[in-house]
Amino acid sequence: MEGHLLTGATFCLLVSFGYTLFALGAGRFRPGVVNLVAIIGGFLLLTIDLKIRGQAQGSCPINSLFDVLVFMSWSTLLIYLIVGPAYHLSLLGAFTAPLVFLVLLFAQLGPVGHVVTVRVSRSPWVELHAALSLIAYGAFALAAVAGVMYGVQDRQLKRHKAGALLYNLPPITDLGVANARLLWLGFWLLTAGFAAGFLSGMQTNSVKFLASAMIWAGYGLILVLRRTHRLPPRRTAAASILVFAFALASLPTIQYLSSPK
Amino acid sequence: MNIVCAGISHRNAAVDIREKFAIGPHELEETLARIRQIDGLAGAVIISTCNRVEYYTASVCPLRVLDGLRGFLQERTGVEDAPLYTHESPASVRHLFRVASGLDSMVLGETEILGQIKQAYAAASGCGATTRHLNKLFQHAFRVAKQVRSETQITRGSTSVGAVAVDLAGKIFGDLSGRRVMLLGAGDTSERTARSLVSRGVRTVIVANRTFDRAAKLAEEIGGLAVHFDHWPNAFDNVDILICSTSAPHPIVTRERLDPLLAARDGRPLFIIDLAVPRDVEASVNDLENVYLYDIDSLEQIVRQSLEVRRAEIVRCEKMIEHHVREFVEWTRTHISFLA
Repeated sequence: MEGHLLTGATFCLLVSFGYTLFALGAGRFRPGVVNLVAIIGGFLLLTIDLKIRGQAQGSCPINSLFDVLVFMSWSTLLIYLIVGPAYHLSLLGAFTAPLVFLVLLFAQLGPVGHVVTVRVSRSPWVELHAALSLIAYGAFALAAVAGVMYGVQDRQLKRHKAGALLYNLPPITDLGVANARLLWLGFWLLTAGFAAGFLSGMQTNSVKFLASAMIWAGYGLILVLRRTHRLPPRRTAAASILVFAFALASLPTIQYLSSPK
Repeated sequence: MNIVCAGISHRNAAVDIREKFAIGPHELEETLARIRQIDGLAGAVIISTCNRVEYYTASVCPLRVLDGLRGFLQERTGVEDAPLYTHESPASVRHLFRVASGLDSMVLGETEILGQIKQAYAAASGCGATTRHLNKLFQHAFRVAKQVRSETQITRGSTSVGAVAVDLAGKIFGDLSGRRVMLLGAGDTSERTARSLVSRGVRTVIVANRTFDRAAKLAEEIGGLAVHFDHWPNAFDNVDILICSTSAPHPIVTRERLDPLLAARDGRPLFIIDLAVPRDVEASVNDLENVYLYDIDSLEQIVRQSLEVRRAEIVRCEKMIEHHVREFVEWTRTHISFLA
């Protein structure tokens, strides 16, 4: 059953991605109902999948790398559905769909362990730590997507390209603001997640701690520099993409080190 | 019931002819009343804009109505052998749908015409000059125009340098309310562009011109501030959009000069529109972070791109219109009325 739900969610995001590619190819892309319906469909299917697996595992379903990737995809869609309409960033969905599609595809077809390695009877603080951290990753994923959109719009404006993208992407100032706000959202969620981890008193591996601290400090540094106007919006956008790439790449290591040996 | 159309437009008549055919709002009611006396004419709508004057009528005997219209127009304008085009259903229906969609406009895809047609229809309807078939026709035309606009790119981009500049400002800043504009030089195009920006909500316009009196006059006209030309860097702090159009023989805004001014801007973007030839702004300024520089060539290139995109959409628009023409003609077949 769960397998079908995940396949369905992946298919929904593929539809959104495919529609974007087709429309852009035809030079007449307008963010529309197809992307939104596909993303809502994908989100609902993932929600049901997580609920079923959570009940089966007796805990928040983030007990394997496979679980983590699916949960992160769900949190990315959740944050998109919350912030997308608020910032009138409907095109953010068109850029988010391919990212989540690829993560889900990798989770299902890649060399990813499905075996549940962290067993039940964890402290609620540990659950909160893991859940908040992964939701923060969702916010960082969206910040990276907004960063990509910023880079694309900046390039269009600098090179005087008046294509469909220029007219359909949001104003570059709005993208810069959305990028910064998503970084703040992710940062506070991650900080709260870390605080929950400290309160749980859990034992942690030094490599995992170091990788997590680097991600937290990396985002913190970007935000401080942005706040003090020492990092222009374009570089903030680029930095948000780079740090998210590092965070994503370090996920398997963190997950492996979180497993009981 | 046949829809008959007769008219002149920018395509077949110069302005000296069109102005003779033009009908002002104060003459409309009387003109409608007069043409309704034409034998066989059941109802009429008159569209009169600067680019066209067209009569749409409903009739069961189109030839008699066309003769009557020709006679009326010759008597009214005094123009013999006027280059009048005439259409009967379905060509007249197709023509109205094309006009409403902006396909027959001087600037392809312009949208002002739809508002003008709506006004013309409302005026005729208000005088009781429309019939069931004309009501259906115009309602259908509004629907077609809406569909063509929303489902094709016939209105994409802008077709004048000033409008492109305003569009780009929107793509950089989003909401323009509260933004500040500085004019370096007070040329006609820069003035028009500044006025368009003001109409979109720009808060302050600072005018710097070599002739201070000219700067002061323009500033007064558009509700801005005038500064002496040599003092423009002092007034630059909160400027978001800089429009240059001086006749200086060498660049006034150089990278070297702009760099220290940008440091105080806290990363806010700066949009520079250089309308001057020779250019007022050094090309390398575009390489600066958060600075978007457009000269007259790049703006005109965007205008050309927009027009190309619009032209490429004509075939799709025509297909849509053809579908609606068939639909309307089918409706007239199933709703035969001798009284219209």
